[in-house]
Amino acid sequence: MSLIDRFTNSWAKFRKPGYYEEFDYAWTMSVDLDRCSGCGACVTACQAENNLPTVGEDEMARGREMTWIRIERYWEGEFPNIKLRFIPMMCQHCDTAPCETVCPVSATYHNQDGLNTQVYNRCIGTRSCAVYCPYEVRYFNYYDHHWDSPLEQQLNPDVTVREKGVMEKCTFCIQRIRQAKDHAKDDGRRRILDGEVQPACAQTCPTEALVFGNRNDPGSEIAKSLENPRAYHVLKELNTDSSVTYLKKVDADAS
Amino acid sequence: MQADTRELQFADVNDDVVRSIVQTGTKYYVTLAIAFGVTLACFMFPWFYQLYYGIGAAGNNHPAVWGTYLASFIFWIGLSHSGTLLSCVLHITNSAWRKAIYRSAEAMTLFSLMVAATMVMVHVGRPWFIHWAIPYPNQMEMWPNFRSPLMFDVMAITTYLTGSSIFIYMGSIPDFAAVRDRTTGWRHHMYVLFSLGWRGTDTQWHRLGWAYTFLAVLIIPLAVSVHSIVSWDFAMSIVPSLHQTIFAPYFVVGAIYSGTAGIVTVMFMLRKYMGFEQYIKPMHFDNLGKLLLVLSLIWTYINIVEVFTGWFSGASGEIEALKYRLFGFYAVLYWEMILFCAVAPLLMISKRFRTSLVPMLFLSIAINIGMYTERFLIVATSQPRQYLPDAWGLYIPSIVEISIIVGSLAMFVTLFLIFVKIYPSVSIYEVKETMDMPKRKGAPHGQ
Repeated sequence: MSLIDRFTNSWAKFRKPGYYEEFDYAWTMSVDLDRCSGCGACVTACQAENNLPTVGEDEMARGREMTWIRIERYWEGEFPNIKLRFIPMMCQHCDTAPCETVCPVSATYHNQDGLNTQVYNRCIGTRSCAVYCPYEVRYFNYYDHHWDSPLEQQLNPDVTVREKGVMEKCTFCIQRIRQAKDHAKDDGRRRILDGEVQPACAQTCPTEALVFGNRNDPGSEIAKSLENPRAYHVLKELNTDSSVTYLKKVDADAS
Repeated sequence: MQADTRELQFADVNDDVVRSIVQTGTKYYVTLAIAFGVTLACFMFPWFYQLYYGIGAAGNNHPAVWGTYLASFIFWIGLSHSGTLLSCVLHITNSAWRKAIYRSAEAMTLFSLMVAATMVMVHVGRPWFIHWAIPYPNQMEMWPNFRSPLMFDVMAITTYLTGSSIFIYMGSIPDFAAVRDRTTGWRHHMYVLFSLGWRGTDTQWHRLGWAYTFLAVLIIPLAVSVHSIVSWDFAMSIVPSLHQTIFAPYFVVGAIYSGTAGIVTVMFMLRKYMGFEQYIKPMHFDNLGKLLLVLSLIWTYINIVEVFTGWFSGASGEIEALKYRLFGFYAVLYWEMILFCAVAPLLMISKRFRTSLVPMLFLSIAINIGMYTERFLIVATSQPRQYLPDAWGLYIPSIVEISIIVGSLAMFVTLFLIFVKIYPSVSIYEVKETMDMPKRKGAPHGQ
């Protein structure tokens, strides 16, 4: 191997977030846009599960809402031939994530499960990850958020309540994955079974548009979903190598 | 001040510089009090408010998480660029006209860097943990992320701050000694410490000259790298209109440009209010004017290239970002920037303009306003137009941010005002090098 090859190889490895050759699990989600009705149940479920604050009307108007998953709405065509399309957008857990390379303190990194994790305690709030993220799915805590009594009683004890000055984003409900791993260990299994763990959004979706699983497991539902000819990645041209696959909407009267 | 008719003597230089340090009028104290008061009211108070309540005090929102704090940071880093860099370049090219102005220019570098570092503290969400960005052994066994352009930035800026502090200090040791010999009381004791036992022996002069040139050569590439790295904070992202290879030279040229304009402003003030008419002459404005003109042309060229390559790519994201910058919400600011930084500096083609000091002062201030606008636009017009139109937005700075901009300027002025009373703000020994040898009574020159 020539010196240049060695250099480029080690650089490529260095560039790869987390430095992993392969992932233990590779958590993946697929979003079937043909099934998505844009109801927003996933948004609410996520808010309840992950202790997302309700920022209030004023902050909402200033564009500071906290929604780890959001329903993007796109209008197509001119009236009267107009169509409304939805794309649920959450952290894509990119395998070559721009946010991970830019964080000066490594508060966001790639873990062994192929998840893009955010360490709240390490975050110093430079907000550069949010600028570098092309999907705009990172949310910043502009204030310390409060829950009026008795609402603080319904906070999820498995999830940190973030303080001001910290970045946060979708974790694929990492607390549930941890729990499932513990259960698997207690049962004497090494692996989590397919369908054993689901993030709040996928669990809630009434049309089952969201499918979650380990793509390293060839028999899993997600692996089948990835083989669907409608599968695509949002902004694939940016080479972020994202872990969320979208299934294109089937348009009956597409030209 | 000596009468202009008499030729400047060696002793006059010492007298004038020492006088600028020890003789302080009411005007100075009033100015200092105002500057310090504005710093407290417009910088410290809003900053504490923001520390208490969170970054929400600024106008940032979901697509535009970076705001004027970062723009100010780039601006101050940029302003820092001409001082030491220009001084080094002129030193190794033996330009005699540098000697009267370089000390204040280098001080500008130092204080701009300090203000810039403070802006980083203001910018981040949890400044009390900012030391995590510095590689130091710790019980968490955590290093900073060496892949991060922001990490490079921390390295580059601390190196530059260290380098330029040593450079300005080393260059002024003989001056401290000269001031030491002419002052009394606490000042004398202070300068005894500062001058490190300088006695002006041949060996000392030789070593100083060697070390000074060595540092000058070292700092030039360092300064270029610093602003390249600052540009990478933006250019290493994949944000349309920021992800450009031209950014590093663009930032370096912009930095030297605004820094040179800053020197013109500071020079005018020193000349006018500190009584340095005989040292800072229209010739200096003429020379710096020529430099400014060249820099403005390069800056204009790079701007054209930036817009052209963005347009030529045809990528939808780039086109949208370009449209937003040129004709969007902040279009007025964009064209103001073009007017101040590309069109108005063309006036400096005329020598009469370059040697008229008041117009030069106004132009230099206009250039820096334009350059601040440039930095603001880089931050404010790129993020609201990224790839996903659903996440488009609008960023308007809040009152806290605007106050902190004003306050940071006041902080810079405060630091500078303190500097001129402690530091010989014109280099005594280097100015003497440009003058004729002292004459014995009645004897012709050199005997």
